[in-house]
Amino acid sequence: MASSHSHSIADIKGAKVLMVGAGGIGCELLKTLALSGFRDIHIIDMDTIEVSNLNRQFLFRQSHVGQSKAKVARDAVLKFRPDISITSYHANVKDPDFNVDFFKQFSVVLNGLDNLDARRHVNRLCLAADVPLVESGTTGFLGQVTVHVKGKTECYECQPKPAPKTYPVCTITSTPSKFVHCIVWAKDLLFAKLLGDKNQENDLNVRSSDAASSSENVDDVFERRKDEDIEQYGRKIFDHVFGYNIELALSNEETWKNRYRPKPIYSKDVLSEELAPQNGNVDENHASDGGLSVSAMASLGMKNPQDIWSVNESSRIFLEALRLFFTKREKEVGNLCFDKDDQLAVEFVTAAANIRAASFGIPLHNLFEAKGIAGNIVHAVATTNAVIAGLIVIEAIKVLRNDIKSYRMTYCLEHPSRNMLLMPVEPFEPNKSCYTPLSLEINTNRSKLKDLVEKIVKAKLGMSLPLIMNASSLLYEAGDVEDDMVAIYEANLEKVLAELPSPVTGGTMLTIEDYQQELKCNININHREEFDEEKEPDGMVLSGWTQPVSAPENKDKSIGNGASTSDATIAAAESEKDDDIGIVSPLKKRKLPDDSDISKAAAETKNHKQLQVIDDEDDLVVLEGNLDGFKKRRL
Amino acid sequence: MDVDGEELTAQETALYDRQIRVWGADAQRRLSKAHVLVYGMKGTVAEFCKNIVLAGVGSLTLIDDRVATEEAFSSNFLIPSDENVYGGKTLAQLCCDSLKDFNPMVRVSVEKGDISSFDVEFFNKFDVVVVSCCSLSAKKLVNEKCRKLSKRVAFYTVDCRDSCGEIFADLQDYKYSKKKLDETIECHLQYPTFVEAISIPWKALHRRMSKLYFAMRVIEKYEESEGRSAGEVSIADLPGVLKLKKELCTAQSLNESHVPDTLLERLVTNTTEFPPVCAIIGGILGQEVIKAISGKGDPLKNFFFFDAFDGKGIIEDISDSNAGR
Repeated sequence: MASSHSHSIADIKGAKVLMVGAGGIGCELLKTLALSGFRDIHIIDMDTIEVSNLNRQFLFRQSHVGQSKAKVARDAVLKFRPDISITSYHANVKDPDFNVDFFKQFSVVLNGLDNLDARRHVNRLCLAADVPLVESGTTGFLGQVTVHVKGKTECYECQPKPAPKTYPVCTITSTPSKFVHCIVWAKDLLFAKLLGDKNQENDLNVRSSDAASSSENVDDVFERRKDEDIEQYGRKIFDHVFGYNIELALSNEETWKNRYRPKPIYSKDVLSEELAPQNGNVDENHASDGGLSVSAMASLGMKNPQDIWSVNESSRIFLEALRLFFTKREKEVGNLCFDKDDQLAVEFVTAAANIRAASFGIPLHNLFEAKGIAGNIVHAVATTNAVIAGLIVIEAIKVLRNDIKSYRMTYCLEHPSRNMLLMPVEPFEPNKSCYTPLSLEINTNRSKLKDLVEKIVKAKLGMSLPLIMNASSLLYEAGDVEDDMVAIYEANLEKVLAELPSPVTGGTMLTIEDYQQELKCNININHREEFDEEKEPDGMVLSGWTQPVSAPENKDKSIGNGASTSDATIAAAESEKDDDIGIVSPLKKRKLPDDSDISKAAAETKNHKQLQVIDDEDDLVVLEGNLDGFKKRRL
Repeated sequence: MDVDGEELTAQETALYDRQIRVWGADAQRRLSKAHVLVYGMKGTVAEFCKNIVLAGVGSLTLIDDRVATEEAFSSNFLIPSDENVYGGKTLAQLCCDSLKDFNPMVRVSVEKGDISSFDVEFFNKFDVVVVSCCSLSAKKLVNEKCRKLSKRVAFYTVDCRDSCGEIFADLQDYKYSKKKLDETIECHLQYPTFVEAISIPWKALHRRMSKLYFAMRVIEKYEESEGRSAGEVSIADLPGVLKLKKELCTAQSLNESHVPDTLLERLVTNTTEFPPVCAIIGGILGQEVIKAISGKGDPLKNFFFFDAFDGKGIIEDISDSNAGR
């Protein structure tokens, strides 16, 4: 390996690579792959281009906003490398078209994804297809690249990933202590209650319905009566959630013994009794009526998203935003979902969160910051993505050369550790108890679903109330199930696998879950005709299962768990971020002492062995000895 | 907080949203007022230019009068592959055309001439000067000119050979702020010039000094003594390079094992850039220049080395104050 790249050219030219993600890392990666001589690149991305992508996703221009990332990226790279083949898919990598057989055609898969869910999915498919995976993630100045080769290094899921952050219900509804709690309250409870689906359960009333007042009346508060003046309605809501609810909460002395006692805020205290005189300004909004461009800030003459609003300003924005929703976007009221690109929604949430924060003595935040928290916006810069893309290609080339000894996970750090800004660490061994994925040999034309449930799911996986899915269709669910479904499931149990409504055949991947145990696993089905009655009495063989899986920790009662609201909506500031936190997690999860010292710790754990390997290649075995001598001479 | 009170436009806030979340609106304003000069339009500098144009510097000036050849675009994605397009144009002109497209808010322009021939006043127009693929004497000269100005002009050199890369930074007398816990603290660093740094006796450097540092100095010296331009070496030069290494090690009383022959062989054999390393070095350099302009965060002092061989990206402080450690 004297000249590290000239010898790789044949490997590179013959390789067929799959890139998943054409975003921040993806644009850089596609460019670097093309420059490095890769000639057959496939790229999947379901997203379209947005303005906020343009500061780093350099293959895209203003004129491309709204178009497919995968396609535009392909076209842009073909401009400077017209002689290579790039195939783009404007699609979700989880689509059934991208199955194990699809993955099998590639020499290596390169991930530039932004969420845990898709990463897990690609990881499982790579394991099932036995295709090496190079995984990556960045946030701000931090980044990481890892290599996952079946049987050689750990897979992406060999170590548990941190679950999306959730907050206890009562922290959100009653005892917020951080601004993010106020944002979650404003976005997932208040916004959802006033403007979202009315039928969705919502914890906004937990506090007030605990109290003596009749819950029916409380519910009515949020309902706008026919012909009710919008200004009056807004003030009623304001007084209820920022005044009345806080007073009710205060009546429970026990709660506030060791806590900051919140101040109720009523609209008359922060706004003049007069109805706000904005009717004159309303016309300004007429031009862009009804669209996402409606803005309470604009109609109140406020411009700078970096300014922190006073409680008075927040209150005016709150009422104005509500008024605009009910007058300019009335058709959407009742089915709105919070969207970080919806200016009016961001204004409403920022205002509500700030009023609540003021009430609870929590520092106020400007709209720009609030938008970042509410929209789970990941910090991103071009430079980190460029560095990470370079590292991905270096690892991909090692994978193509099957140069296992040289594989490295590399961390891109903000502050150097042991002089290193880019820190390579030897990959970890596969985790033997990793539950991903299992494979099952079974005769799909003879075995019934019942056999699978009894002999594998219950007997081997130890599940008691399993749920079995084939892609998106539910085949079986035990436990508390509606009557009409019970009949369908009973019928399914008696069916042969290949004859199920959604047939299970060789190549199918089943997802089996037990909510109660919080256990989930995937099983790849391989069809086999004959089984040895003596050695394989079950008539099926499960492999990859070595020991019971321990249920993931972190199941404190959280708003996403104990309550009605789903994890996905309530989990603040995480959905895109989980990956990025990965820079901490792979080290942290190995129980190293201190987060702040992760890099040092990683170096400590791994460096010893690693240095030896590397020094070996560099003829440094001799140097080690010489260095000592050299040092003595110097002294 | 506000340096000059000017606010970012709504257009800037929307475009730079994700990075303002990293370095703040204040740093973004400073960036938009900064003027950057680059010399030597090969792959690494192309990467660097892309990064700072995307980041939104005020202006970028490119110098490279060489005419584009097939070799030039091997690692430079700014040059169109069609000979009908690149034929006859200089590298700087071609790169300028592509970069303009990346961010309409950045002024990208071309200056003609040899980097060594510009007078001191010329450099006064810039806040940051980056030179690449140029001779030892040109590096020294430009660094010296930047130092002569009353204002602080940050000077960088950057080079990639085979799968190795090197960055040098001279921020002169540099003050910046950084966050420590919840406080913002003021810091102060004194940088040596390129000449001062490379004049520090090798035996005074710490014993784990990156081998790439020594190897790059040997090649630089060899090219100068043979009258070659930067990168103009081949495997045929290896015996001469090895001979020079022996001489330098003897003169500097450094054990020769600090400058492995295998490393020198790689550096002379493959003088073309390795695109992944261009991306890495261009990314790190982009980040450093952004730090230097915004005055936020620890800048690297004063060398950075990356070798794809071991995958380490190492910062070395090669200055008087640090010698002898």
